[in-house]
Amino acid sequence: MATTSLRPCGDFRTTYKADQFLLQTRWIAIWTMLAIALLGAAPALVDGYIVSLMILIGIYGIAALGLNILVGMTGQISLGHAAFFGFGAFSSAWLNSTTGIPVFFTIPLAGLMTTAVGMIFGLPAARIKGLYLAIATLASQFILQDFFARANWFSGGSSGSLAETVTIFGFPLDSDERYYYLVLFWTLISLFAVANLKRSRDGRALVAVRDHYLSAEIMGINLTKYRILAFGISSFFAGLGGALFGHYLGYVSAEGFTILLSIQFLAMIIIGGLGSVMGTILGTAFIVLLPQFMEAFTGGMLDIFPNALAGLASGQAYIKEMSVGAAIILFLIFEPEGLAHRVKLIRQSWKLYPFSY
Amino acid sequence: MLLEVENVSLSFGGIQALKDVSFSVDEAELFSIIGPNGAGKTSMLNCISGRYTPDSGDIRFKGRSLSGLKPNHRPDLGIGRTFQNLALFDHMTVLDNILVGRHHLMKNNFLTGMAYWFGGAQHEELEHRRVVEDIIDFLEIQHIRNAVAGTLSYGLRKRVELARAVALRPHLVLLDEPMAGMNMEEKEDMARYVVDLNEEWGMTVVMIEHDMGVVMDISHRVMVLDFGAKVVDGLPDEVMANEHVKRAYLGADLGEAA
Ligand SMILES: Nc1ncnc2c1ncn2[C@@H]1O[C@H](COP(=O)(O)OP(=O)(O)OP(=O)(O)O)[C@@H](O)[C@H]1O
Ligand SMILES: [Mg+2]
Repeated sequence: MATTSLRPCGDFRTTYKADQFLLQTRWIAIWTMLAIALLGAAPALVDGYIVSLMILIGIYGIAALGLNILVGMTGQISLGHAAFFGFGAFSSAWLNSTTGIPVFFTIPLAGLMTTAVGMIFGLPAARIKGLYLAIATLASQFILQDFFARANWFSGGSSGSLAETVTIFGFPLDSDERYYYLVLFWTLISLFAVANLKRSRDGRALVAVRDHYLSAEIMGINLTKYRILAFGISSFFAGLGGALFGHYLGYVSAEGFTILLSIQFLAMIIIGGLGSVMGTILGTAFIVLLPQFMEAFTGGMLDIFPNALAGLASGQAYIKEMSVGAAIILFLIFEPEGLAHRVKLIRQSWKLYPFSY
Repeated sequence: MLLEVENVSLSFGGIQALKDVSFSVDEAELFSIIGPNGAGKTSMLNCISGRYTPDSGDIRFKGRSLSGLKPNHRPDLGIGRTFQNLALFDHMTVLDNILVGRHHLMKNNFLTGMAYWFGGAQHEELEHRRVVEDIIDFLEIQHIRNAVAGTLSYGLRKRVELARAVALRPHLVLLDEPMAGMNMEEKEDMARYVVDLNEEWGMTVVMIEHDMGVVMDISHRVMVLDFGAKVVDGLPDEVMANEHVKRAYLGADLGEAA
């Protein structure tokens, strides 16, 4: 099995260019276009509530994608991703309010500011690995949280800061349906960027550092550079996602960026599949939708059995939280390679159908 | 002389891994290092490739001292190597493993890489892909190019490691026991590849190998290490004739090989 690829037989590549192609078969290319077209039409097709959930999946997905570069590709760990996400949110609001640069531009600029901060907090990675690095990133989570609380000039302190509505050529993105397109735009760019990174020089270098750092070094890879670069790239996406989040809510406050969210980001990429681009989005959707689903489910049960489950009513919130934890544990046990792996297997069995031996 | 090693000593705590070792390797030579387990052979390669820093002595490559030069800058100078214990990137495909060897020859970075289609990354990737395919053809690993490295057999992994070292386009390639753990047929193939590398690709080879038959067959010159010190170096026949070598190391082995 070692040498099988997911390509159907008969589908031979005649040029290296075709073989390097991002979307490995024509069908995948067609499906991708279709999916993008559908996503583009989504606000007209689905309920406003669904649109708001899709916005969240896009925003968190961008940030999780960044974390997956750090954890999945480079094999480092961060327990402070939410703090970088928050830093992006505050940065964009701050840049816009102090310099007057339009929000449309402060969103990617906030990503750049977060890159700088992420690389500074990533400096310990030059020296330490594994558990020790995890603790160092935990420190960055708390240091930044403390900074948000104290730096009134930057974050508005305990009262938080207002984030302006995005306008493009005087056209305000003031509804979910409109903001959705901005999020979709950045989500698609991020997905393509990371997929491209994975198949080019520096992406391979990041993975090489993870898999065998000693031989990576002998192959001419500067370990320190790539370990810190991974923090930089990862933080860019965290900051970009955070900025989109801030302007979506219109208000940024430090409460949302705790270690709990950092752990949720980790859950997204573990459930989705470490190092997988599409998996990241699947994992994010899973984490965003699971609580909604559990709420609907427990609500439904209460309606059907109001008496038998009377005790449940008060515990509904806990059940929601616990279900998320349980889902993560179940995933680690039964699907350690993540949703992306499951999708791959399903696709493989379709391709071979009906000759599935 | 392409490589000059002068009075190199190296110790780990109480263990003297290398004692005042000197030798030199000429351009286009196939030079073998032999010696019993723990003799310091791998330590010597590690000093050349930059993993270890000698306590004293100097190593010069193309007339320039390597002291203070970081391991990751040595491929730029033209030094490549394989490892005694496999050191592939286990979760990457064979193709990607070999492409990592091109790292120091490529220019695209994370920004141009992310913008793949714009800014030339695609063009460069394809250009290097072509070179890598030549190496894949040479080492006859076409059938596994998309396989994940960690899933391959030991013999194939050794071959992929050689491919990755060749991809560095080194002038000097250091091979640490390229045939260890292989069956007869695999050994013969590997010996042929090493000779081809040397003769057709014009690479200077320094090889550590325990199989005396192969060593005597393909090497231009041989050096013997024992307890960290050089016993002798010279033409294969001269080395075999050396009394100390016969006594200390070769006697039994040669009987087997003959
Ligand atoms: N990193 C290290 N730390 C401590 N001791 C080491 C280290 N590397 C090598 N040594 C010691 O140096 C000596 C020489 O080891 P080396 O690996 O160079 O031997 P070798 O000739 O390659 O042997 P083999 O044929 O078994 O590969 C051994 O005694 C070994 O234990
Ligand atoms: Mg050795």
